[in-house]
Amino acid sequence: MRALAASLVAIVVFTVVLGLGYPALMTGFAAVAFPGKSTGSLIHRNGTVVGSELAAQSFTSPRYFHERPSATSPAYNAAGTTFSNLGPTNPALAKLVAQNAQAILKLERPYNRGLTISQIPVDAVVPSGSGIDPDITPAYAQLQARRIAAVRHVPLATVQSLIKQNTDERVLGFFGEPGVNVLKLNLALDEGGE
Amino acid sequence: MQGWAQIVFYAVVLVVLSYPLGIWMAHVYTRERSDPVERGFLRLLGKDALVDQDWKAYAKSVLMLTVGFTAFLYALLRLQGHLFLNPDHLPAVSWDVALNTVASFVTNTNWQYYGGEYTMSYLSQMAGLAVQQFVSAGVGLAVAAAVIRGIARRGGGTGLGNFWRDLYRSIVYILLPLSLVLAVILLAQGIPQTFHGHATATTLQGAHQSIARGPVASMIAIKQLGTNGGGYYNSNSAVPFENPTPTSNFFEMLAILVIPFGVLVMFGRMVAARRDAWVLYAAVFAIFAIGVAIAYPAEQHASAVLRNSGVNITAGHGQSGGNMTDKEVRFGIANTSLWATATTDVSNGSVNGGHDAFTPFGGSVPLVNMFLGEVEPGGVGSGLYGLIFYVLIAVFVAGLMVGRTPEWLGKKIEAREMKYAAFGALFVPTMVLAMAAAAIVTKSGLASIFNPGAHGFSETLYAYTSQANNNGSAFAGYGATPFSTTLGTVALYFGRFVPLLAGLAIGGSLAAKKTVPASAGTFRTDGPTFGVLVFGVIALTAGLMILPALTLGPIVEGLMN
Repeated sequence: MRALAASLVAIVVFTVVLGLGYPALMTGFAAVAFPGKSTGSLIHRNGTVVGSELAAQSFTSPRYFHERPSATSPAYNAAGTTFSNLGPTNPALAKLVAQNAQAILKLERPYNRGLTISQIPVDAVVPSGSGIDPDITPAYAQLQARRIAAVRHVPLATVQSLIKQNTDERVLGFFGEPGVNVLKLNLALDEGGE
Repeated sequence: MQGWAQIVFYAVVLVVLSYPLGIWMAHVYTRERSDPVERGFLRLLGKDALVDQDWKAYAKSVLMLTVGFTAFLYALLRLQGHLFLNPDHLPAVSWDVALNTVASFVTNTNWQYYGGEYTMSYLSQMAGLAVQQFVSAGVGLAVAAAVIRGIARRGGGTGLGNFWRDLYRSIVYILLPLSLVLAVILLAQGIPQTFHGHATATTLQGAHQSIARGPVASMIAIKQLGTNGGGYYNSNSAVPFENPTPTSNFFEMLAILVIPFGVLVMFGRMVAARRDAWVLYAAVFAIFAIGVAIAYPAEQHASAVLRNSGVNITAGHGQSGGNMTDKEVRFGIANTSLWATATTDVSNGSVNGGHDAFTPFGGSVPLVNMFLGEVEPGGVGSGLYGLIFYVLIAVFVAGLMVGRTPEWLGKKIEAREMKYAAFGALFVPTMVLAMAAAAIVTKSGLASIFNPGAHGFSETLYAYTSQANNNGSAFAGYGATPFSTTLGTVALYFGRFVPLLAGLAIGGSLAAKKTVPASAGTFRTDGPTFGVLVFGVIALTAGLMILPALTLGPIVEGLMN
């Protein structure tokens, strides 16, 4: 009975202090110190929210850089993240990879005649972990650059310099892998790339 | 090279930080004086919190707290639809998922048969699940401290300390301060922390996109530090909102292992056998290193499907290449393989990429890590008493080899301790194999499988290995059915409390023993020979038990690959 009584008091104390006090404290601190980041790193354009720096969104138009494949339902669902969970020997994975590769060839070849499947980087054809990976590899961005330049009638060099500006390099030149933030890159294109 | 450099740097920082942390933790659990708040808290709890407890009383307090929290958390998840801090109006969690989730969080497992951002209200996440992330980790540390006191006790007696005082100190002096620091780092990297509901965006192509957010950073900090692993989002730390940058990734990975390795340092201090502790440190560090050395190349080599597809999987020229399925660009292959190994060496189970999509051999590393009992170095606290089972077996084997009564740290190891140790070491793997078998021969068990062929078996084996060892990572295609959630719930509770009770019993038994001085016939446990022996015992007991099952899953699949 003594142990039970102690447990009940402990449950109340821990729930109030750790469950309400601690997150409330952090939320208050975050609102003051990191107002933009703490509310989801949202990106505004002309007064409306167009997305988050940390979430991929659907791009299907040839005018835009495209994201990596997503396994969420619908694709790029930032309120329902998921892995694809496709095992390494699953025939469905082979099928998906082949389909995605063919779709990329079909989309890019009109602007890039010599393009072969061996030039497609792997991140372009397999689903990301979150389903909302905001980045593509620099290799996949380069692959799409000619199409963007042609459709938008801008010099390839302009597109390539925008890719460079929107690439997050390795942290301190060391940690992680370089990634190109697709939403930020497309916003930059819309702003100055016409 | 880039990848290996990151891995080595991580390992060095880990070892360097675990040392002062371990010294601090030893101080926390050995200090006689209580701070004023602690005294007030213990008085508020009443008599149970003011006495020196033997192992049975200690265990009773642990179990009572677990029973109480189980009821409380179940009620919260079922009633969340009627409660506050639910801006997106999520309904009650279904009964079977709620039962499994409650078991999962009170046992420090954090297996998730649900998707956090679309199942749990803000209140459930922070006042329900995240509280367990503190408390279940605190319980693990407290029990480890109690077992260590039993080993260290000189001159007989039965007291192991007081559970409530140890729990208070685990949280207030270790878990909470570290969480505050980590949460601030994560906030600076971009993890959300807000009570506002979903944001709605109008995308550049004019579609609507709903963006889930909430009190995330405060939870992710303790999720990583307390070997919990239960994410705010369904895809866990693969989600940019839970792990936005390589920097956040580095600190989250550090948080996975720093306390568990620190516990070994703490052990060495508390039993005044620092060399012994470093031997164990080195033995389990070797298992960690071997895991990374298998997983990283396997993932970089990728699967036959990707190699034969014709796309470019070679690292360099603007990509990390390899098996990028269910992995994120900013982490690449090295950081995802390293995370998968670290998170299963302990009972963390958070992931920054999908394990189900790992290559056969890459995916077998987390599976084997967990099956070994997560003693490399294991969950906060729980890893230590798990490791002690193996150590006692090693001491016993060594005693047989030299023909003397086995001794460890000045205590005679006799039949009673050996029974507890063997039971503690063998119970969970036996249960896992039985459950995986049950799930593979029944229709209701097979219904959970997502991937065809040998990989489906791997999913099943992984599910029960993970839950029984209180890890929580998943081959996440394995689905929730009333059968799988119920069987999982049993695995969670038994996997937590059988080893915990066996550990406490060993502590209690050793506490009562008089110290015997080391003699010429004592097998030395503070040198490399013993380190190799412990390594061998781990590999031969649990390692051999999983080998036949591995041949049915990852090995068959690897041969097909």
